[in-house]
Amino acid sequence: MKTKIAIIGGGPAGLAAAIAAKDAGVEDVLVIERDKVLGGILNQCIHNGFGLHTFKEELTGPEYASRFIEMAKERNVETLLNTIVIDISSDKVITAMSADKGLFTIEAESIVLAMGCRERPRGALNTPGYRPAGIYSAGTAQRFVNIEGKMPGHEVVILGSGDIGLIMARRMTLEGAKVKAVAELMPYSGGLKRNIVQCLDDFGIPLKLSTTVVDIAGKDRVESVTLAKVDEKMQPIPGTEEVIKCDTLLLSCGLLPENELSSQMGVDLSPITSGPRVNESLETSIEGVYAAGNVLHVHDLVDYVSKEASEAGRHAAMYVLGGKIGPENDETINLETGNGVRYTVPCTVRKGHVEDLLTVRFRVGNVYKNCAIVVYLGEREIMRRKKQICAPGEMEQVILKKADILAMKAGETIKIAIEEA
Amino acid sequence: MIDVDVLVIGAGVTGSSIARELSRYEARVLVVDKASDVCEGTSKANSGIAHSGFDAKPGTNKAKYNVLGSKMMKALSEELDFSYRQNGSLVLAFDKDDIGKLEELKERGEENGVEGVVILSREEVLKMEPALSDNVVAALYAPTGGIVCPFGLTIAMAENAAVNGVEFSLDTEVIQISKKDSMFEVKTNKETYMAKALVNAAGVYADKFHNMLCDDKIKITARKGEYCLYDKKVGSTVNATIFQVPGAYGKGILVTPTVHGNLLIGPTADDIEDKEGVNTTAAGLSKVTSTGALSLKSVPSKSVITSFAGLRAHCDKGDFIVGESSVEGFFEAAGIESPGLTAAPAIGAEIANQVSKKLGLKAKENFVSRRKNIVNMATASNEVKKEMIEKNPLYANVICRCELVTEGEIVDSINRPLGARTLDGVKRRTRAGMGRCQAGFCSPKTVEILARELGVSETTITKHGEGSEFLSEHKSN
Repeated sequence: MKTKIAIIGGGPAGLAAAIAAKDAGVEDVLVIERDKVLGGILNQCIHNGFGLHTFKEELTGPEYASRFIEMAKERNVETLLNTIVIDISSDKVITAMSADKGLFTIEAESIVLAMGCRERPRGALNTPGYRPAGIYSAGTAQRFVNIEGKMPGHEVVILGSGDIGLIMARRMTLEGAKVKAVAELMPYSGGLKRNIVQCLDDFGIPLKLSTTVVDIAGKDRVESVTLAKVDEKMQPIPGTEEVIKCDTLLLSCGLLPENELSSQMGVDLSPITSGPRVNESLETSIEGVYAAGNVLHVHDLVDYVSKEASEAGRHAAMYVLGGKIGPENDETINLETGNGVRYTVPCTVRKGHVEDLLTVRFRVGNVYKNCAIVVYLGEREIMRRKKQICAPGEMEQVILKKADILAMKAGETIKIAIEEA
Repeated sequence: MIDVDVLVIGAGVTGSSIARELSRYEARVLVVDKASDVCEGTSKANSGIAHSGFDAKPGTNKAKYNVLGSKMMKALSEELDFSYRQNGSLVLAFDKDDIGKLEELKERGEENGVEGVVILSREEVLKMEPALSDNVVAALYAPTGGIVCPFGLTIAMAENAAVNGVEFSLDTEVIQISKKDSMFEVKTNKETYMAKALVNAAGVYADKFHNMLCDDKIKITARKGEYCLYDKKVGSTVNATIFQVPGAYGKGILVTPTVHGNLLIGPTADDIEDKEGVNTTAAGLSKVTSTGALSLKSVPSKSVITSFAGLRAHCDKGDFIVGESSVEGFFEAAGIESPGLTAAPAIGAEIANQVSKKLGLKAKENFVSRRKNIVNMATASNEVKKEMIEKNPLYANVICRCELVTEGEIVDSINRPLGARTLDGVKRRTRAGMGRCQAGFCSPKTVEILARELGVSETTITKHGEGSEFLSEHKSN
C-alpha cells in the first residue's frame, strides 16, 4: 500500500501529528499502531493532571487520549491497529505485520516517528542480588493494576523517583499496598515537584535521596531489599545499609526513547537523548522523516508532546504538499549546549527554514537555584530569564525570534547556558 | 510405587542428554528434577561455549568428553535444531611469560586431538579482532571453538527424549535413594519409584546422591560464576570467544558473542556454601567488568542489559565422574563443571551405552532423531514470516518487542512436548523477555497467554515455579 504520510505510533505524539497533518491539507495520513487501541501509554495513566496546557482543564490519561482520538476520527485519519512495524528502509518503505494483513509493505512520502519511549530495565542498573519474581518496572506495575486489575505485590519499595515511580507509589497505596520507601540515587528527584507533593508527601511515603538498592534478597519472590546511601560518585557508602522487608521492588529509573526502527533506517541519534538529531522542522537526518514526542526526547508533560508532535505533523505536511521548502544550500546554524544544559531539541537550525518563532526545548543536568537561563546568538546575549530553580526533572524551553536568527553571522552558534542570576 | 527401567535424577544438559540417548532404546525411562522446568540449574547460567578442548589435561575425562562433544555439536545442532556457531576461540597472552603457557596449551590441544590450533602474533590477532586490548602480545587460536545456546541445547534434547517416550516428572525432589536387592528405591516428594538402573546427573547436588549409595565419598562445591550480558548493539564487539591465559580457577573471565548476538562477559569463580546461591554481588560484577577490560580496548558498560550468576559443580576429585559407580546399576555423571555443556552429548551417549548394555536394552525401531525448534520470527525470512501468519495469525502479534517474539511462538512453546509452564520457561524457549527491556513490556501479556493456554488463573503463573508467583489477588483492607 501507499500513503502520503505514515505515522509510526498511535499514542499522544502520533495522534497530534496526524491531526496537524490533516489540518495542513494532506488527504492521506496513516497512523500505524501496534496495540489494539489508540492512545498509547495514556490508557494506563488513569490519574489526572493531563491537559492543563492544551485544554485548560485537568483530565485523566484516557480522557486526554480520547479527545485526540475523537479529533483524529473527525478528520478521517486512517489507522492500522494491531500492526507492528518491523522495518523502515531509508527510502521510506515500511514493512509491517498484522493478523489481518500478514506481512506487508507501505510506501510513504513522509514519515513521522512517534514510537515513544520505554523504561530503563533493572539490568541496565546492574543491581546485585537474586533475580526473583516481584521486580517490575513501574510502568509494568501500572499496567497490571490499572488495566489488568491485578496486584504486583503488597509491600513495596520503589527505586527511582521518576514520575511513573511517584505516581505508582500513590497508586499502590490506594490499592491497599504498603509503600515503604522511594529511593533515589541522585541528590534530587527526577520527577515533577507536584508529583512529589501529591504522591509521596500526602501519603507519608519517605523519599530517600542519594540512596540506591545494593542487594535484592529472595530466591523465588523478593523478600527484602537493602538500601544504602551513595557518595558524590554514586558509590554506596559502607555502613549505611538498611534492609527493608518487602515482596515487591518497582523500578522507575528513567525512560529511554525507543529508536530501534530509527537506527535501522539510518537516522542519526544523539548519544545524550538517545533520540534522533533533528533540525528546526523536527526533521531527522533523513529528508522527509520527522520525529516528535518521547521518541525524540523524554517529556514530562503530555501537553508538550502534543504540541511538539503537531509541529512535526505540520512540517511533514508541508514537505509532501510543497516538496522542498526553503532555499537550496541553506545555511545551517548549530545549537550549542552551554553550562548546565544537557541537550537541546532541535540540534540545528536552517536559516531559510526558520518560521516566525522557534521553540527550543532542553533539560539541565543538575539542580540550579536562583539561576538564569541565558541565550547567546554568537557572542550576543539575547535573553536572560531568571529562574528560582531549574531541575533535570522539568523540561525547559526558550522561544527565539526569526529576525534574531537571520541576523546571525556565518559560523556563529546558538548557545543556551545556565548562569548565576 | 512405580516401576521404571531407568530413573535419571536431574534434567539439566547432562540429564537431558542421557535421557535423549536412552530414548533410542525400548525402556521405561523417567527423568525427575526438583525444578519446575528442565534447564533450571547450572545449564541455564553458563558461558554458552562449545569448547574445542585444548584446555583440559590429556587423559582426563574432561579432555575426552570435551573433544568428543565438540566434534558432535554441529551435527547435533542440525538434527535437533538449536543455535550453534563455530566462531573460534582465542586465548590472549599479555606478557612474554604467558607465551610459554600458550605453547603448553597448544601441545595439550594437539595431544587431546583438537584440530588446527595455532599461535598468532600480536599483529595477527589484532587484525582478526580489532577490539582487543593493545596489550595483547600473542594468542592461541582454536578454530573449532564454538558458541551454543545452552537452553536451546538442553531443551532440544529433553524435548526429543519426551517425543521418544521418556517421561519427565518436574517439581519432583528426590529425598532418599537406597538399593533393595538389584533395584533402586527412589523416594521423592511425590511418588516412590523402583528403578532397575539409576543415573545421577544432579549437578551441584550429585554428591548428595552419590554419598547415599557409595562408600567412597565425594564433595561437590558450588563454584559461583557471575556474568554481565550486553545489548545486541555491541554484540559484534568480538567475533571469536576471547579467553585470557588460564589461572587456577577455571578458564578465567571470557568475552564472547552469544549465538543470539549479545555480548557476554564472565564468569568469576568463587566457591560458596549455598548450592542455590545464584545471587550476583557488587564485588563479582565489578570483577567481571575490570577483568573483562583487560581483554578489550573498552568494555561497553553502559550497554549492560542484565547480570546473572550460575553455579558450576566442582568435584573434589578434580575430574568428571562418568560411568557406572562402585554400586552396580548406579551410573553417574558427576562433577560436570566446565566444559560440561560441550561434553554433554558425549557423556549422554556413553552413559546410555553403558546402561543399555547393563540392562540388555533393545534399540527402538521407531526412534525419532530429528526435532524442529519453534519458528523464530525475528530471524525468519519474509517468505517464512508470510507463510506462518497465513497459517496462524497469532504469528503477527508481537508480544516481546525487543526480540520480536510473537504470540504464535509463545503458544507453541507452551503446547509442544515438555512445554513451558513458567515465564522463565517461555523466555528460554522463545527469548520473550531476554531483550534489552528484560520483560518490562511483555510480561503482562506472557502471563495472560500462559494462563489462557494452561487454563489456570493468572495469579498462579510463576516466574520459575512455586513460590515465585508473579501476581497476587487484591487484599481487602
